[in-house]
Amino acid sequence: MQAPSSHASPPDQGRRQPWGRWSLIGIPYLWLVVFFMLPCLIVFKISMSELADSGIGFLDMVSLQDGVWQLRLKFSNYTFLLTDSLYLLTYLSSIGYALLTTCICLLLGYPFAYFLARSSASLRPLLMMLVMLPFWTSFLLRIYAWAGLLDNNGLINQLLMSFGLVTEPVLMMHTPFSLEIGMVYVYLPFMVLPLYANLVKMDLRLLEAAADLGAKPWTIFRRVTIPLSTNGILAGSMLVFIPCVGEYVIPALLGGADTLNIGRVLWDEFFNNNDWAMASSVAIVMMLLILGPMTWFNRIQANEHTKASP
Amino acid sequence: MKPSLWGKRLSITWMLAIYFFLYLPIATLVAYSFNDSKMVTLWGGFTWRWYAELWNDRDIMEAFKLSLQIALISATLSVVLGTLAALALVRYPLFQGRALFSSMVNAPLVMPDVIVGLSLLLMLVAIQKTFGVPERGMMTIIMGHSLLGMAYATVVVRSRLLEMDKSLEEAALDLGAKPLRVFRRITLPIIAQALLSAWLLTFTISLDDVVITAFLSGPGSNTLPIVIFSRAKLGLNPMVNVVATLTVVVVGGALLLSSLWMARQERQRARDMALAWKLETT
Amino acid sequence: MTPTSPASSFLRVEQLSKHFDEVKAVDEVSLDIQQGEIFALLGGSGCGKSTLLRMLAGFESPTSGQIHLAGQSIGDMPPFERPINMMFQSYALFPHMTVAQNIAFGLECDQLPPSDIDARVQEMLTLVQLKPYAKRKPHQLSGGQQQRVALARSLAKRPRLLLLDEPLGALDKKLREQTQIELVNILKKVGVTCVMVTHDQEEAMAMADRIAIMRDGKILQLGAPMDIYETPSSRYVADFIGNVNLFAGKVVVDEADHVIIETPQCRHYVSHGITGTENMEVSVAVRPEKICLSPAEPTEQERELPAEVGHNQVKGRIVGLAYFGSFTTYHVQIDDRTTLKATLANAARHEDRRLSVGDDVWAWWDGSDVVVLTH
Repeated sequence: MQAPSSHASPPDQGRRQPWGRWSLIGIPYLWLVVFFMLPCLIVFKISMSELADSGIGFLDMVSLQDGVWQLRLKFSNYTFLLTDSLYLLTYLSSIGYALLTTCICLLLGYPFAYFLARSSASLRPLLMMLVMLPFWTSFLLRIYAWAGLLDNNGLINQLLMSFGLVTEPVLMMHTPFSLEIGMVYVYLPFMVLPLYANLVKMDLRLLEAAADLGAKPWTIFRRVTIPLSTNGILAGSMLVFIPCVGEYVIPALLGGADTLNIGRVLWDEFFNNNDWAMASSVAIVMMLLILGPMTWFNRIQANEHTKASP
Repeated sequence: MKPSLWGKRLSITWMLAIYFFLYLPIATLVAYSFNDSKMVTLWGGFTWRWYAELWNDRDIMEAFKLSLQIALISATLSVVLGTLAALALVRYPLFQGRALFSSMVNAPLVMPDVIVGLSLLLMLVAIQKTFGVPERGMMTIIMGHSLLGMAYATVVVRSRLLEMDKSLEEAALDLGAKPLRVFRRITLPIIAQALLSAWLLTFTISLDDVVITAFLSGPGSNTLPIVIFSRAKLGLNPMVNVVATLTVVVVGGALLLSSLWMARQERQRARDMALAWKLETT
Repeated sequence: MTPTSPASSFLRVEQLSKHFDEVKAVDEVSLDIQQGEIFALLGGSGCGKSTLLRMLAGFESPTSGQIHLAGQSIGDMPPFERPINMMFQSYALFPHMTVAQNIAFGLECDQLPPSDIDARVQEMLTLVQLKPYAKRKPHQLSGGQQQRVALARSLAKRPRLLLLDEPLGALDKKLREQTQIELVNILKKVGVTCVMVTHDQEEAMAMADRIAIMRDGKILQLGAPMDIYETPSSRYVADFIGNVNLFAGKVVVDEADHVIIETPQCRHYVSHGITGTENMEVSVAVRPEKICLSPAEPTEQERELPAEVGHNQVKGRIVGLAYFGSFTTYHVQIDDRTTLKATLANAARHEDRRLSVGDDVWAWWDGSDVVVLTH
């Protein structure tokens, strides 16, 4: 009969010094409630609010008029979102781009992370540093770099023309192609890092045991390495997919009229149309879409941490 | 398990390809910053003139100053909040509302920036209507960046805390140190490096942020990314290349120095432990 | 059990319990520990010994029960207020501080004047013979040296009670034997009262003045090492400490000065009375080193008492042996289900009549060497 290890918890101070514990937990908790939870609730409220007659501000949701309580909920934003084909298409398109980006990042990033993890220990810090350098460099600037590369007068077109492969510049900017390249470029490190962290901690003895039992290298990879790295794959995929859905900057700089992104829609509704209620509704629906993956991500994180602490 | 020759060739090729993919855009950024031509991508000769013009570009210099200030403050705030959150999560495995706390801490890591920005702005407006403050500007941007930064800082500090030998804190308590002294003299020095990494990470994130800043900034509070973004939307611009090159140089230099320093620490440590082992076995 | 008068007990634990949800890690344990004594809590993993130690240190608060140290109730005190110090299993040396700073840490918490702190640190360094290493950091020391620093640090404040959590667990065997003696010498020299926790019975037996065997949160038996070894109070204890051969059977003759017990393997003549009755179900415990082996049946001259002839002996075949250099353990198969373990010292270098696998032998022992166990 094993008593649960008490090494993870601090000495039992709760009774004697409750204030220390409460402030430690309380301060960040309060910050999160005020700056995270409250904003989410407000977005939800505004998405259902009616514009005041004056056009400025919103009518109160709950008010007392002529001695009768009035509840004003405006669902028209939502009904519009869910029935308008353009919005639906935009949501689907955003999810589509996110899925595509995740898959490409996984295909490119997994082998890279694998080779990185298996490289010689003395070389690894240097290799890691070379991966981190782009990551630490401003992502805005790096997207701008692709704008330069894919431009009609950009390097790629210049090379293509000088080698005689094309006679006219290939239109690459403001296309789904440029958008996708930008997404993959920015999010690749987000896939590589969790994968690498997982692969580098893998117990190589398991692989040796498999080889000892007669398995060929590809089989070992397929049936031992990949399953063991599932957590890394999931974490990396979530870190790519979820933010990709609502990405704004990359579509704004590299996307075009025919690339539909919900992030851009939200921005336009807010900054160009000044329709805060609509923007909020768009945000809420976006949240619902990513709620599933986010919960999944949370669970993965929780699992990793319970494994780490005894 | 030694990889086969083909395996080695494949790994080298693949890694080189990916590195090429990662660095090509950066290389072009740097190259074009010396391009003596207003048409950024058409080579017109080598020149330093864009660098000289940078000093006269008031918009960029002002924006840079502001970004720096915001980044310094929000990085510090993020690390403080993140450390508190990490300590709470690691040292108290059970408390009321822990699941909610944990998901709130993790959420900004993955949530799209537009949602974070929008929600923060709406909340700030609501507070503004009731209390009259705060005005959209530097303060509000700092709040937004700190929320995002806190998520990252918590991850970094938390993983370091989990690695730390728990009995170290218990030993300190046992020897007569009260909890605050334990934190100050034992925990803090041991996680110091993680705190520094977290600070640098959140500093970079703040310096680089576009979307949240756009939602939370007011008139006159243009940060560097906002200025760059507006210019980039209009088309290619050599100033942006100059800023990019300077960024790459600074970041690259810092990373190189820190890598070298850490490698030296490791070598020293390995030497010490070998010496100790030799002493024990003779 | 050595009788102790409650008035003289230095550390008194009264009905101490610790529950984790449904699990009773420590179940109403009571102890009286004398000043200056080295006391060991011995048991397998999960028996509650570590939890009990942590309650003494103050890292767990008891669900119920009291702890008194020198008459003062300390159960509610946080660890930094207790005059108790602990030596951790992992040593828990502060990696960013030197040896001297580690030792000085506790003294600094008491805000002693720096000159006093320095003097005391020097004193401790001399005690554990680590003076030249004062400026080193823990990772620059060997395992044995780290252990000595941990000891010095835990003794620096002259604690009234010292707690040791598996003190020698991290050391290899050779070092362990040597350190056992050194450690006891230092502890006795300093004169501090000690409670140590270990799963290694040899360690407990070698170092402690008294041992408490724990299982499932309770104390099964408490006493001096020899008492526990030679007079175990239950089958579990008999089997836990050292090796033992157990025979299960019934009492057929119950007299004041001797008892005869019938078991399937043989008849046992026990040359002392037991508290029990005829027809009672009992176990007879015989330690392997008490057994003699010879090719021929033992004669009357070889027995301790004439009445033992025909008793306390079995015939069997050696089915295995393990040579340990200074002694050999023989496995003697008696019947289909019973294999006896007998340990004989290899007293002479060459023995013509050395036993080997396959030999038929007689195993026999004295009636005064057995323990009768009722549960």
